[in-house]
Order: sequence, then C-alpha cells, then structure tokens
Amino acid sequence: MRRISWDRIISVLLILPSILAVAVFVYGFIAWSGWVSLSNWDGLRPDLSWAGFVNYAKLFATPRFQIDLRNTIVFTVLFLGACIVLGLGVAILLDQGIRGENFFRSLFLFPMAISFIVTGVTWRWILAPGDPATGRLTGINVLLNAVGLPLSQWYTDPTVIHIQPTGAVGQFLHRIGLGVLTTPNFGLPVAMISIVIAATWQMSGYVMAMYLAGLRGIPEELREAARVDGASEWEVYRHIVFPLLRPVTLSVVIVLGHISLKIFDLVAAMSKKGPGFATDVPAYFMFETTFQGDHYSQGASIAIFLLVTVSLLVVPYLVYSTRREAEL
Amino acid sequence: MSRRTIWSMLSLVVVLALLLVACKPTPTPTPTKKQLEIFSWWTTGGEAAGLLKLFELYNQKFPDVEIINATVAGGAGFEAKPALKARMLGGDPPDSFQVHMGRELIDTWVTTGYMDPLDDLYKQEGWETVFPKGVLEIVSYDGHYWSVPVNIHRANVLWYNKKVFEANGWKPPATFDEFFALAEQMKAKGITPLALGDVGIWASTHLFEVILAGTMGPEKYKGLWTGQTDWNGPEVKQALETMAKMLEYANPDHSALSWDQANDLVIQGKAGMTIMGDWVDADNLAKGFADSGWASPPGTKGIFIALSDTFGLPKGAPHREQAIEWLRICGSKAGQEAFNPVKGSICARSDCDPNLFGPYLKTAMQDWAKDAIVPSLAHGAAASEAWVTKINDVMTAFVTDKDVAKAQAGLAQACKDAGVCK
Repeated sequence: MRRISWDRIISVLLILPSILAVAVFVYGFIAWSGWVSLSNWDGLRPDLSWAGFVNYAKLFATPRFQIDLRNTIVFTVLFLGACIVLGLGVAILLDQGIRGENFFRSLFLFPMAISFIVTGVTWRWILAPGDPATGRLTGINVLLNAVGLPLSQWYTDPTVIHIQPTGAVGQFLHRIGLGVLTTPNFGLPVAMISIVIAATWQMSGYVMAMYLAGLRGIPEELREAARVDGASEWEVYRHIVFPLLRPVTLSVVIVLGHISLKIFDLVAAMSKKGPGFATDVPAYFMFETTFQGDHYSQGASIAIFLLVTVSLLVVPYLVYSTRREAEL
Repeated sequence: MSRRTIWSMLSLVVVLALLLVACKPTPTPTPTKKQLEIFSWWTTGGEAAGLLKLFELYNQKFPDVEIINATVAGGAGFEAKPALKARMLGGDPPDSFQVHMGRELIDTWVTTGYMDPLDDLYKQEGWETVFPKGVLEIVSYDGHYWSVPVNIHRANVLWYNKKVFEANGWKPPATFDEFFALAEQMKAKGITPLALGDVGIWASTHLFEVILAGTMGPEKYKGLWTGQTDWNGPEVKQALETMAKMLEYANPDHSALSWDQANDLVIQGKAGMTIMGDWVDADNLAKGFADSGWASPPGTKGIFIALSDTFGLPKGAPHREQAIEWLRICGSKAGQEAFNPVKGSICARSDCDPNLFGPYLKTAMQDWAKDAIVPSLAHGAAASEAWVTKINDVMTAFVTDKDVAKAQAGLAQACKDAGVCK
C-alpha cells in the first residue's frame, strides 16, 4: 500500500480550518435561512414549525415586493447600461495615449474606493431638491437654476412613467390581453434615476479599468493589419476591438449585476423607500420586514429569493469559465 | 524531511496558533471593575445630555462602576431597534435598554419572555403611588410591571413661528376648516403652510395619528387599537381625506427632509406650521429660536397623545445588580428632575418641581394632569411593531398616491394581520 505523503496530510490540515469555517458560516447559514423561509417564524420568538412555500406565495402577492421587483429590474438595466457606456467611452479615450493618463485613470477609479454609504449621503445632499414653488432651492437645483436649466425633484419625485391605458398603445395592449403592462408596476420610477446616477458615479471607474486592461490586451498588430486592409478607424473598433472585448463585458455584467441585485447600503443612505416605494429594493424591504416588523420568515424568503437570482447570474458564468479553463 | 515539508509544517503551526488566538474567549471584564451597559438611541443634543446626567447621578452613588454607553444613532430608534433585536436573539442582552412604553415593550419583549418583572422594585420605591394610574396601566401586563418610564412626550403639538403669525394677524387653527382657511392665506403669501419631513416615514404616520385623534376623539381613537373602532368606518375615511388634503399644503420635498429640517423651515419663516411631537421644543432651544409658538393641532384640544421612553431589565442581564440600581435612579425624583428638563420632556412621576422646566414644558405638565391620555401609534405605545411597520408601508404609498380607498383597505388588513381585528 502506498504511504500517504506528509505533504498530503499537511495540505489537507492547512485547508481544513477554512473549509470548516465556510461550511458553517456560509453554507450552514444559507441552509438555516432556507429553513426559516419555510417556517412559521413571525414574531420575535423563533417558531421553526413547517409552513411550506406559503411565505413565498404571500411575498409575491405583496404590493411592496412587486414594486421592488420592478425597481430592481429598472435599476439593473439603467445602472449596467450607464456604467458600460461611460466606462467603455472613458477607457477608449484614455487608450489614445494622452498625456497624464495615470492621473486620469486614478481620478476615475477613486470613487470605487469609497463606501456606498458615503456615496449615498453625499448624493443625497447634492440632489436634495428644495422647494421650487417658494424659491427655496438646495443642492444641484441651485446650479441648474443659475444656468436656466429645468429643475428636477430628483429622488423625491413620485412619478412612475408607464404606458397609459387610454393611449393607442395601451388600448392595443388591453385588446390583446396584456393590459397589465399598462400599470405602474411595469413603469419607470423617475426617482430611481437619482440612485442610478450615484451608483454609476461610483462604479463606472471600475468598468473603465476593466475595459482599459482589455484594450491593452489587444495586440496592436491586429489593428494595424485591419488598417492595412483599408478599414476606417470606426471599422477597426466595430470589427476588431469590440468583439475582442466581449469577455470583459461579460465579466462587467456579472460583477455589476450581482452588486445591483444586492444593493442596500446606497439606497438606505440616500433615499430609503422613497416616495411611494419609488426607490425601494428587495434588500431594504428584507431589512425592514425582518428587524422592524419581526416577520422573520418573510425576510428569509426575500433573502433566499435574492440568493437564487444572484446564482442565476453567477453560476452559468462559473460553469462557463471553468470549462474554458479546462479547454486551455 | 525535505525543506518543503519543513516549510509546510511551519505554516501549519502558524495557522493553528492563529486559530487558537481567534478561539480564545473575549476577555471577560475584570472582576475588580464593575460595569453597566445601557443601550439607547439617545445620541444628539438634549437627549444625549440628559442621558449623561443620569450617568452622572449613577456614578455619584456608585463611583466604582464603569458605565458603557451603547448608543445607536437614528430618529425614533429605527436603526437602534434592529441592532438590539440581533443582540437579544443572539443571547447577548445589554444590562438595560431604552424601549417605548406600551405595545412595543409588551408585544416585542414581554409576551415573548425576554424580560424580568420589576414588581419588587416598584414596591420598594413606592412607585405605585407616584406614577399616574394611566402610566402604571400601560407599563404593566399580566399583573406585573415590566419597565420604568423616565419621561413623557406629547405627540400632538402644532408648532408655529410667533413672529410670522403676529405680523399677519394669524391665530393657530382649532378646527380642520380653520386649518385649511389659514393654509390658503399662507399660500397666498408664498409661505409653505405645513412643514413635513418624512425621510423616516414615521413622521407621516405621526401626522396621521394626530389627524385620527382630531377626527374621532379620544375614545374612538383608543378603540382603533383594541378592535372596537372599525377601520373600515367613516371616521377613518374622513381622516385619510383630511390628510390627503393637508399633504397638498406640505413642502413637496418632504421625503428628502427629516423632522428637524422641517422645523428649520418654520424657524426661518419659510413654512407656517409643523405638526410634530414636543421634542421640537428641545430642538428650538438648541437652535436658539425663542419665537416658537405652540397649540393643539386641529380637533385635539383636551387630548394628550402620549409616548414614553422606559428602561427594563432583560433576562440574563450580565450585571443584574448594577442594572437594578440603574432602574432605581431612572424612576427616582432626582433622576427624572435631572433628565427631563435637559431632554425636553416632562416627568413620568407626578411629583416633579415645575419650576425646573421651561415655558412649553410647564404647559405640558398642566395638560398631562387634566387631558384625556391616549397612546401614540408612530411611537410604539398604541400598536405592536409588526402592526406599525405595516401601517408605515400603507402611509408610504398613501403620501404619494393619496388613494383613500386603497389606504383604508390596507389599514383594515394591517389590523387583521396584527390579530386585533377579525
């Protein structure tokens, strides 16, 4: 029989503490939350008797949660879109070999080093709207007013832009049985745009850094070859650069996507639920219903729901990258 | 052994050592130094100063005890309460903690068995005779006393700027009709009639409870919390309609402001009135604003919507003996007379010296003695936290869409979910 080497034993022993810690503090608590979400625990005293999936059914019937789902989708789409456009744009500009590139790179990257709480408080002050009716203005509205631009209510704007049921499109949707699409639950809460601005300010520098690394990884010979073949500068980007940046975009979508699904601190510091839940997100609802309302099983169902949505995003990515590693 | 093996062995030793250090129990307080940990959300201005006064009194009596001031900032304790719950559920209670008198204390902590009764302390200190009967009723459950009230606050106060009112010949409105007539006049002068700051949504719930009491009177208002008054009834509908109309006169950026920022608008003369609890008085004093006027909000003359901060004794308090002495000071005449003038509230005891208090608090003491006392909703006295959280959600939607029917249905459902209505 082959002797198990010392090295083997030691390596297992070395890794054992972290395996145990992860097993208990990550997966153990996930399992615990899953159990709580299926229990009758409503009130401070733990009650772990079996309730089944009734908590989830009730959760999806809660108007506040339906609004939260809308807000999460709106936030994710706008936040990702803004970060990618801005990050890629700045990265391409910085890639032109301008002077002081290091300075600008650090400048754009710095906001990422700040915590979302600080960002939230700062932008809450910047975007505080004041009261235009009586001329009492605050924050950025003072600036907008000075240069004669229209004022905004920012994160206090309760408006939800949605398809009007009485309009031509609305009537058509009603006719084909999709009248539900004309309700505010399928609209765009204007207040959310303020949160997107703050989040984009913080994270677009990070996206820039990723794209810049990607751009530097594209061999100059490829571009040269294209130019020799008579491609215009736009065509070089369109056919050479952008396709080669696709893996970077995928990483950006995964990283920012899971941030936006779990976002809590920024919203808590900036606007909380917002007017009529316009800036409410599932994580904030989870916090309130669990620790203020004592609805522990409902809070756990939101937690598990968030975990599942994040896994839907992350797991395929992990599978894809592991497979690619195996191929290489 | 190869060099590689030696290196691995070494790192293993280091990891194990680190692990041992990590697992070492946190240093327990040395037995020579006695401690007392007090949990509260009193972090700013008069409330923090008042708390320190109580600590001072305590240390005069027990100089050898080290007091740990465990505070969590945030208006009305909305940030502190979750932190407290996490500690209590985790079996790490503070020695004593601040909790609102009423259902918040009873439903969150007493019925769930986290507190020890204080009957002996009440008997020893003769508190059964010095606290008003209404207060004794609210702090007791199942025939026992569960916490010591330190102060009394009034929720229904209408604050205004005397200078602005005198310059225009205005008088504080006594009825809702007068309120709206006055609001129109203010609007015409370019003054925002009602200042509201509901970045914490409790401020809207607070406004709603004042309107509810002003619409239906004390008895029916109390009935809301016991299931005797119908949430689907006409008075609740009327109150919601009044509130919707009032919100039309409020500053449009109310969801960006806190209650004290709303009060700033009144101080600056940019807004006419604000309806807020009497902690506004302490805010005005701190800001050096001497022209503050106060009155009962429409319909609530003779009604005192009360809330109170109390301290209790959690089961398993690590320094039980010190905690009991702390509660003794909280309920004492000296303690309450030291704390309340600074905090800007009145004593829960009925024997405090009125001369220690400022002009507003003197009037509050007189009203406290003669008015009909009803519990506050937004501040935990009237309903359980689970119920209040649901009402807050209804209010969040209502201040935006002003949909009376939807809000009333939501309120009725919240009462059912709380197990009070059938």
